[in-house]
Amino acid sequence: MEFAEFIRTPRVEKVTLYRANTPPLEGTLCVTGHHLILSRRQDDDEEELWLLHRNIDSFEKKLTGSVGTLTLKCKDFHIMHLEIPSIDDCFNVAASVEQLSNVDNINLSYPFFFRPMFDIFEDGWQAYTVESEFNRLQKYLSADWRISSLNRTFEVCSGYPHLVIVPKSVDDETIVRAAGFRQNGRFPVLSYYHKDNSMVIMRCSQPLSGPNNKRCKEDERLVNAVLGIGRRGYILDTRSPTTAKLATAKGGGVEPEAHYSQWRRIHQSMERYQILHESIIKLVEACYDVNCGMDKWLSKLDSSGWLTHVKDALTCACVAAQCVDKEGASVLVHGSEGADSTVLVTSLAQLILDPDCRTVRGLEALIEREWLHGGHPFADRCSKSAFATSRQRMESPVFLLFLDSIWQIWTQFPCSFEFNEDFLIMLFKHAYASQFGTFLCNNERDRAVYQVKDKTVSLWSYINRPEVLTKFLNALYDPNASVIWPSVAPQSLQLWTGLYQQWQKYHPVQREVWDEIVKIKETDKEAKSRVVKLRKHLVNLEREALDNGLIPAPNQVPGAHAY
Amino acid sequence: MEVDNVRLLDRFNRKPSVGTLYLTATHLIFVDPEGKKETWVSHMHIGSVEKLALTTSGSPLQIQCKNFMHVTFVIPRDRDCQDIFSSLLKLSQPMLTSGWDFFDLQSEYLRMGVPNEQWALSNINKEYDVCDTYPRYLYTPTGASTHILLGSAKFRSKGRLPVLSYLHAESQAAICRCSQPLSGFSARCVEDESMLQAIRKANPSSQFMYVVDTRPKINAMANRAAGKGYENENFYSNIKFQFVGIENIHVMRSSLQKVMEVCELKNPSMSSYLSGLENSSWLKHIKAVIDTSVFLANAICNGVSVLVHCSDGWDRTAQTCSLACLMLDPYYRTIPGFQVLIEKEWLSFGHKFTDRCGFLGTGDAKEVSPIFTQFLDGVYQLMQQYPRSFQFNERYLLTLHDHVYSCQFGSFIGNCEKDRIDLRLRERTYSLWAYMSKFTTDFSNPFFRKDLEITQRVVIPVTNPQSIRSVITASFSFVISLSIFFTSFWRGLYCRFESGVHPRENITDIVAQLKEHTSSVDDHSRLVEKRISALCRLLGHTEGSLQKALASLSSSESMDFHALLLAEGPANGAPNLRRESDTESGFEDGNSSQLSKSLIEENVDGDDCLQIENILTELMSVATEWRSLRNVKNCSCAMPFEQYTKKHHCWRCGSIYCTRCIDRYMPLSGHDSKRPVPVCKACFKD
Repeated sequence: MEFAEFIRTPRVEKVTLYRANTPPLEGTLCVTGHHLILSRRQDDDEEELWLLHRNIDSFEKKLTGSVGTLTLKCKDFHIMHLEIPSIDDCFNVAASVEQLSNVDNINLSYPFFFRPMFDIFEDGWQAYTVESEFNRLQKYLSADWRISSLNRTFEVCSGYPHLVIVPKSVDDETIVRAAGFRQNGRFPVLSYYHKDNSMVIMRCSQPLSGPNNKRCKEDERLVNAVLGIGRRGYILDTRSPTTAKLATAKGGGVEPEAHYSQWRRIHQSMERYQILHESIIKLVEACYDVNCGMDKWLSKLDSSGWLTHVKDALTCACVAAQCVDKEGASVLVHGSEGADSTVLVTSLAQLILDPDCRTVRGLEALIEREWLHGGHPFADRCSKSAFATSRQRMESPVFLLFLDSIWQIWTQFPCSFEFNEDFLIMLFKHAYASQFGTFLCNNERDRAVYQVKDKTVSLWSYINRPEVLTKFLNALYDPNASVIWPSVAPQSLQLWTGLYQQWQKYHPVQREVWDEIVKIKETDKEAKSRVVKLRKHLVNLEREALDNGLIPAPNQVPGAHAY
Repeated sequence: MEVDNVRLLDRFNRKPSVGTLYLTATHLIFVDPEGKKETWVSHMHIGSVEKLALTTSGSPLQIQCKNFMHVTFVIPRDRDCQDIFSSLLKLSQPMLTSGWDFFDLQSEYLRMGVPNEQWALSNINKEYDVCDTYPRYLYTPTGASTHILLGSAKFRSKGRLPVLSYLHAESQAAICRCSQPLSGFSARCVEDESMLQAIRKANPSSQFMYVVDTRPKINAMANRAAGKGYENENFYSNIKFQFVGIENIHVMRSSLQKVMEVCELKNPSMSSYLSGLENSSWLKHIKAVIDTSVFLANAICNGVSVLVHCSDGWDRTAQTCSLACLMLDPYYRTIPGFQVLIEKEWLSFGHKFTDRCGFLGTGDAKEVSPIFTQFLDGVYQLMQQYPRSFQFNERYLLTLHDHVYSCQFGSFIGNCEKDRIDLRLRERTYSLWAYMSKFTTDFSNPFFRKDLEITQRVVIPVTNPQSIRSVITASFSFVISLSIFFTSFWRGLYCRFESGVHPRENITDIVAQLKEHTSSVDDHSRLVEKRISALCRLLGHTEGSLQKALASLSSSESMDFHALLLAEGPANGAPNLRRESDTESGFEDGNSSQLSKSLIEENVDGDDCLQIENILTELMSVATEWRSLRNVKNCSCAMPFEQYTKKHHCWRCGSIYCTRCIDRYMPLSGHDSKRPVPVCKACFKD
């Protein structure tokens, strides 16, 4: 096995694990190719630690006397300490962890080795394909839209899947030309279709208009094809006007109004890349700062800027949703590359607009559609998290920002979502380290190259099994068919303590309260179904008695009863 | 008085609403004919009224209320505006309305097991001549003679001598309260020293006691120059003296002012909101109050008595003593208990409600301070950490907060017990508690678990990281970082009227409604089961078939009982449409089935209750399906539901009504228990 050379000490005895809120655990530490395992080696032992190397964001070693301590900081913000009785072992384990947690080769990552212990009823890889999504909306879409395989070799756009949904009235050739006018070939594709008024949201990357205001007739045709004659649409640029202008110097830019006369441009600026990454680093740092008083805490929270980013994301999504629902206009969203803030906005707007997205399967489909098919580079963005010491240029917690924003809407409409908070936290963890292949690679092309779909298991295959799914269901879910408008006032946005401070919660009260809610809801459901059955039974018996003449026939009709 | 074409400015919706402004004796009411929205401002809630500079569209009148509502009206004519302005100034001074009842200090002490060997009732203040801001009955250690008591009272500011506030039955440790000693730089008083000894000795289990001065040290030092100050550890034996540093009323007042400025910001950015909140230091102050209360509660749990004071012992002392009591005693976490706590610590020990509330145009602006608001905020924080230990909910605290300021009820008028007796409030006003007891369903917390009173008697919130650290491991060489920033901003209170910022779906209310529904449906099930077994006997079926029969039925309700039973009935005869509603009223039905129940039990077949009409009435009288709370914006009386108005279900028809429309209770014929349940007006008449 390839990992053997990294593992210098496969097993260390008498290692103690310290974590917040859990009693220390002493046992044998095993270093395997993908995991750190700490076990007391008793058969009935529930408290084992299985930590994916991939989950380790950074670590520190500290030596005191003959005891070494390894502090592991995980990508899911968990911090744990391993006390190792021998210095040599400590060094060896540390060296192994360092190498194993930084293995770059995708082929060696755990999902390729993971064999599910469960039967796959329903293959997650097949659940949300472009075809199935198109078929789902067929009766609405078929008139104006079509599926095109122009990207079958991933040559037109490496970030898009081999099938894309494009306007029917535009032929493939035009689209290929239009793709040449967009950064990385990310031409406008359908993102969302609003059934109420058949308006759409599309997404793409910035046009390569450059300093000389170049134009591309094919792109104009493609973009205008979605609007009917005389209708207007909005181009939502997720950059500030200044940033957009700066981009022209590098060959990017905005659609010149003269050539896209039916469209109005709005700028809703959002921060991206490193700024987001630094923000999450500061936030997590503040969350873990022991000596932080009430006052300092607020200013640290403020200076991390995280909640500002959440507010910006939600605001931008609300603007997009408003254009569609309130203004009755179609929207084209893009930033620069069209794979980060663009998908963030389009997916959040769909959560606001579309009740289907607020179900478990709906959210899975949304993530698949917008984030995975949309080519959000998970491998680059999620390779390191908040504790990473070496900063790389590509990291950015955009997906986490997406989940946080959902959570904000969720707290404002706690009964309109089929899933609970745990579901969002689970998605966050799997995006950073997982035994499943769903979030591997940067785009569909890479996933095809590495045969991810053949060699790994999809996260959805696991989640969509009934026994797993129940953990993630919201007891108070009451399907809400309407558009939901979240408040973006600062008073309404809160820090997601369930995620950022999940390991620190001293009182598991919230959980107890939710358990209670589940119970109350169950009792009510049973009581209701029982009473309905009882009533039916009573009526049946009553009829029987009546037919047998055992009770007198009615001679009055109670008419005044309003039911 | 009535003014048309007034515009109400809304900071969040740019479009102002236009409507009519009515000025009544008790409220300022704005009615928007289009939006059907009514805005009611109780005169007593008004904190300030300002006339702003004249604009082209009229003269703006800005009103800030104590319950954190802020409204600006633009009145077309300046003269009207001036009239309203001057009338409001007059009207917002408290007026006394007229009944009364409740709470007895002595029985509360009896509940704590006082008087006993260590503690006795003292009559020295019977005529309020030792201390006019204390209650007439005082509980003091048996070891302290009247001479000591009087001597100690002389040595304490305003005569507020150390007396018993709470005795913890399990540990015999006591919380006592008083005002600062008149120690100056070196003065001492033998009686006061023996008084403290007597308090310490009343708790035989501990060798020492704590004396907690809730002020910052610097404030206490400054008081020494005025001949006041704090206890000198050298003069008092076996005490441990401690400052805890809660700021004074002036700091608190300006802190709240800053919070309100933050809430007032137009389109605030996240950053200006957070930094504004931090600059206000409000959360820090709340945390300081809770931290001190935690200290008191911990001391009592460890069996050490505490004496608490601040300057006069009616602000910070009241806050910390009452919060500590709340942590220690599950009784205070029930609705009646919480009222007793407020009566005891706040009303009888003389928190200056009238001065602190500061009604417009009266009193000293320097005396106004949100001390009671902070206490309620502290309770709210505690509820966040222990959601299952409190019988009441957030709405209860909000209503209480409203009425402390409203002066609609006599409970919170006056500065101390003597004031209230002098004002003859018992004869001239209604008590708030009587009013609030009518709406217990509005105020009850669906998560409340009575059994926690035994398993989790003491609830101490986690406030600082240090306390947790020690929990984990003592011998550990590095720190496991844990920090709980538990103090959160109470949006429900301070931003209550910014209707946009609250969660749109209220979990507490939904769960409360689920529980009510379950109870109604279960009650109905029991009755239906009885009818089924009676019918089974009549038909000669065996009872065992019930489960089987149920299993074969679907649980979705789509049945027209009328059609099933009447239209197809073999002897449908000539339907008699006339129906005497009187004889069929709920009460009548109740009686008849009460009767029939006993008959069934005696196993008499062919009973009246099995007749089709009766069964139908019974089935019709209980709604199994209640309307969802979502998207219900108005009551049928057109009253819009605001964020914190409770939506009630009629148990008979399942529709939703406001509190005003569902004030009737009657037993339903379909319920086995025949208890009176809430119904709407239409169902009540039917």
